[in-house]
Amino acid sequence: MIHQHTYDVVIVGAGGAGLRAAIEAAGKVRTAVITKLYPTRSHTGAAQGGMCAALGNLEEDKWEWHAFDTVKGSDYLGDQDAIDVMCKEAVDAVIELEHFGLPFSRNDDGTIAQRPFGGHTRNHGEAPVRRACYAADRTGHMILQTLYQQCVKRDVEFFNEFYVLDFLASPDGAATAGVVAYELKTGDLHVFRAKSVVFATGGFGKMFKVTSNAHALTGDGPAVLYRRGFPLEDMEFFQFHPTGIYRLGILLSEAARGEGGILRNKDGERFMERYAPTIKDLAPRDMVSRAIQTEILDGRGAGPDGDYVYLDLTHLPREQIDSKLPDITDFARTYLGVEPYTEGVPIQPTAHYAMGGIPTDIDAQVRVSPTQVFPGLYAAGECASVSVHGANRLGTNSLLDIVVFGRRAGIAAVEHARSTRHAELPANPAADVAAQLERVRSATTGEAGVHMRVELQNSMNANATVFRSGETLTTQLDVLRDLQRRYRSVTVDDKGTTYNTDLLEAIELGHLLDLAETLVAGALNRTESRGAHYRDDYSKRDDGNFLKHTMVRRGADGGIDIDYRPVTLGRYEPMERKY
Amino acid sequence: MPSEAAQEATPTTSEVTLRVLRYTPGKDEEPHFEEYAVPVDPMDRVLDALHYVKWHIDGSLGFRRSCAHGICGSDAMLINGRNRLACKVLIRELPSVINVEPIKGLPIHKDLIVDMDGFFASYKRVMPFLVNEQVPTDKERLQSPADREKFDDTTKCILCAACTTSCPIFWPDNSYIGPAAIVNAHRFIFDSRDTAAADRLEVLNGATGVWKCRTTFNCTNACPRDIDVTTAIQQVKRELIFNRI
Repeated sequence: MIHQHTYDVVIVGAGGAGLRAAIEAAGKVRTAVITKLYPTRSHTGAAQGGMCAALGNLEEDKWEWHAFDTVKGSDYLGDQDAIDVMCKEAVDAVIELEHFGLPFSRNDDGTIAQRPFGGHTRNHGEAPVRRACYAADRTGHMILQTLYQQCVKRDVEFFNEFYVLDFLASPDGAATAGVVAYELKTGDLHVFRAKSVVFATGGFGKMFKVTSNAHALTGDGPAVLYRRGFPLEDMEFFQFHPTGIYRLGILLSEAARGEGGILRNKDGERFMERYAPTIKDLAPRDMVSRAIQTEILDGRGAGPDGDYVYLDLTHLPREQIDSKLPDITDFARTYLGVEPYTEGVPIQPTAHYAMGGIPTDIDAQVRVSPTQVFPGLYAAGECASVSVHGANRLGTNSLLDIVVFGRRAGIAAVEHARSTRHAELPANPAADVAAQLERVRSATTGEAGVHMRVELQNSMNANATVFRSGETLTTQLDVLRDLQRRYRSVTVDDKGTTYNTDLLEAIELGHLLDLAETLVAGALNRTESRGAHYRDDYSKRDDGNFLKHTMVRRGADGGIDIDYRPVTLGRYEPMERKY
Repeated sequence: MPSEAAQEATPTTSEVTLRVLRYTPGKDEEPHFEEYAVPVDPMDRVLDALHYVKWHIDGSLGFRRSCAHGICGSDAMLINGRNRLACKVLIRELPSVINVEPIKGLPIHKDLIVDMDGFFASYKRVMPFLVNEQVPTDKERLQSPADREKFDDTTKCILCAACTTSCPIFWPDNSYIGPAAIVNAHRFIFDSRDTAAADRLEVLNGATGVWKCRTTFNCTNACPRDIDVTTAIQQVKRELIFNRI
């Protein structure tokens, strides 16, 4: 059965970016939020440490310093116009969240508490600065809850447990017409006609074995658009967070180091002193992850397999741990049986955040080429690449990104909806999705998705991780092509219509495979090292050839076409990145 | 080997019997247990064992999950008689026979997936959003650390429904607003910045409100976020008795 709906603005995804866009749109134009989870299940809620803004509540700070740190942290690949917008609007964004009711931790004078975070410094790198506004180590949870509360207040219309599986353009291919969604509860398809569509579907870390990402993070938005011929940007830049719980990958916030935590190798040495003498453990994530991996490769890792290092909090007062880091210490106790008061916590880098994604301008409009945007189509949050994070995101800037650009996407989507009519839908708008689902449901000769997913995750972890080379990436491209071939006949057990998560997991696997291929292809073509993308065979940054964004697109033959877009520079000229 | 790794055929140290209450309306006449032998490591989560069943034995097994570390609130279930998050209880804490059932008191959609609409409808009744139209123009409102502390515990709620569906008052009477909604009301009633406490207390003073609570502490025992739910409910009751304007 196919249901029809008509809205002005449709928002896909109900994490921080989607909810912030909804707050902007609801009440102004007819708005629907379509989400594959209940909104409060979104992974924004797992973010811990904070949201940076130069409030200057505890010491002098300026948004320009925040911008400099973000540009430098991005290894100069971030677009400086977008970074200026984000860092300037950060102050108002935090104040607005407080007005929305967000329960920030407080200083003694009642102002919002702030603490240091990786790569955030005073006066262009002099020393760490207290810039991250936080609510204990639950900042993302509070942002998600607060934004959802504001949506409840505004009576926003949600379609929960609906999976958007296709984007619809008008028959002439020139305008946004809507999306097609699958209703998990019934198996029915829904065509949503809309003037503006905002994708805010989050990341795709589930292509890696060790990841901080939720099961839901399968890159559905970017994959849907990629299959419709839209480009994806800078996919090779994937952040590995230094401190994931050993083997599980569960995030232990950088706030642990912001509060004074120290990384130690098996000899107890504070090894970050060797890699970043000025800011040590608070160096940016790409550098800390490489340092950890280097310690491990050089035989200074701890444990029977020598494959982890320790996050040491034992010197911190227990009251400080309890009040500032309650959740992450609970994770260590629950999942590792380790007591952070008295023992180092085993950690290793964990796949955490996609810097790349759907390319947009500063108004969240989706780019179809270096110079053109697609009318009525927007993206915000982790699924998008504005690009404010460039080659490496600084801690806390993702929570900032979602509220700043989620808001901008909402504003732009409303303006567009008010100035245009609904575009014509294509004939049989749900036919492609119906055929795709039927193909998977009726396949009998292939293999189940689980084997392919495990191979994808293991091989990505081995070949496209903190350290890469032409050799590992070429190997990985072969692995992915084999998986793509096998995926064409993927089978499922569940042929039913009620909550068929077996079917949806198979669809999600297809999204991950497509995105993994774009990541590896982009990485293979980028013969330099920059930010989170580090190649053993090209270990230097090459501004002459690669100070530009990668844009990958599905080719006519099903292959991958690669193009580039210039970086928008500004006040800060690229220089060597030292901390 | 802990983890996601449940999906891999790696050597494991033991086996548990997972008894799962299965039910697909329209297909099954009534809910019934099915048993699965699942290879496990003691450090695995119950969620890993459920994934093992779904990925290696029967793909049609229905359950919700997302973050897999106790933050998103998707996978509240009745595990050996107690409401827990499947991703936050390890196999080593349980005997070798593990019963998994859907949380009680809400209609079953399929297997461990229940209808959450009524739960969220109760949540919405308490006006779960800050009310205060007087905001400073370009600064945050001030709040002392002591005032912030008064409602800290109840800000931790992840709306997993483990508390409400552990409550024996709620099971036969879904009109009871339930512990989760009261926790979320508490979060605003005791927030010094909020001005609508009286409206929320009015809702909670009604026939479906806090007075139905018989202080059985099931909710407190069930909360995966260690919120002292019963205390929060008692504070709301006291507010109604002593401080209501």
